Amino acid sequence: MIAALICVISFCALLQFGFSSSRSVVAASRETALSDQVRRAIGIVGKQIDGGEFARLLQLAGLCPVQGADRLEISMVRAYHGLLRCLEIAARGVVPRAAEWIEEERQNCAYFVAVALDRRIANSRGLLAAQMAGI
Amino acid sequence: MTLSPYDYCFWLLGFLLDVYVVVCTIARKSFLRYLPLNLYMLGTAASESVGYLLTHKYGLNSTQYMYFYYYSESLLCVFLYFVIMGFYKEVFEEMNVSKYVRTATLLVLACTMLFSYVIVRHNQAHLTSRFVVALGQNLYFVGVALTYLLWVALLKLRETRARLVQLVLALGVYFSALAAIYALRNLFPSLETPVLKFLIPWAGAWLPLAWAYTFTKVSEDARLAPSRLTLGAAAR
Repeated sequence: MIAALICVISFCALLQFGFSSSRSVVAASRETALSDQVRRAIGIVGKQIDGGEFARLLQLAGLCPVQGADRLEISMVRAYHGLLRCLEIAARGVVPRAAEWIEEERQNCAYFVAVALDRRIANSRGLLAAQMAGI
Repeated sequence: MTLSPYDYCFWLLGFLLDVYVVVCTIARKSFLRYLPLNLYMLGTAASESVGYLLTHKYGLNSTQYMYFYYYSESLLCVFLYFVIMGFYKEVFEEMNVSKYVRTATLLVLACTMLFSYVIVRHNQAHLTSRFVVALGQNLYFVGVALTYLLWVALLKLRETRARLVQLVLALGVYFSALAAIYALRNLFPSLETPVLKFLIPWAGAWLPLAWAYTFTKVSEDARLAPSRLTLGAAAR
């Protein structure tokens, strides 16, 4: 009985801590503004990025020759995004309010990847400029 | 029974990450600031090294290794309570309540010792693996409760230090994952070999990995609003 209770409480705490932990990684990128260049490149108008753009932005970020040291963070956000997709499927029709905040979270994930893409493009440009200066 | 490549990988990964965290704090001149955390990391690295030597000398299923594994794990878990108390001290630093935090630390330690003593005394006739699983489950669950209280304090006091927030959240994930795994081991002993033994190395590697990430990527000056990180805030 006690073991079952500990199991349930610990699992709920795991969800709460895991969710907050992933959110802390994603939320940090919200403080960074996207450059106009990357906005034009990925075709965004306004401040929000649609959650459905996540996969496309991830592919674009993967195309950058200079990938920097953000691979671990991107993998974490990809896993978090996958978890949100699973939650969305599980909660569909059962918890209607959940869809709203899941979409908000997916938007934050897409924004995180857009910031990473921006940083990678800037790194690539810097490298190219340095090479050109060398020639 | 010998170690599989899977076990070797996690063993090596855990050891390297433990050492990395300590090196990282030394390089950032914050070794003393995070002293309990660093001592825990050094203790874990030492325990992993001794465990590795024991498996080579006596084998993975030997009594020597089993005793060492479970006793060192319980001791390290108690050591993690000191890490939590260090975080409490940091959170309540400006309120000048370090005296109370120290008293609470000693109280928690005394209660844990008493609780463990009572359990050991009660079960001394059958100190089986079932008993150590139950003890581990209880110790980790106390950790969950302490970390949860700390998380609530962080939210109430509107703590904004991103590094502290991430260190605490990583600890919360670690404690709750291990408490859940140990409770499942206790409830369903038949699940132990195929499923739960596979999960324990992942949970064990999580803490040094998350702390290594925090010390590498999150600067001491970074700020974050923890109130935005809760499930309730997300739903709003």
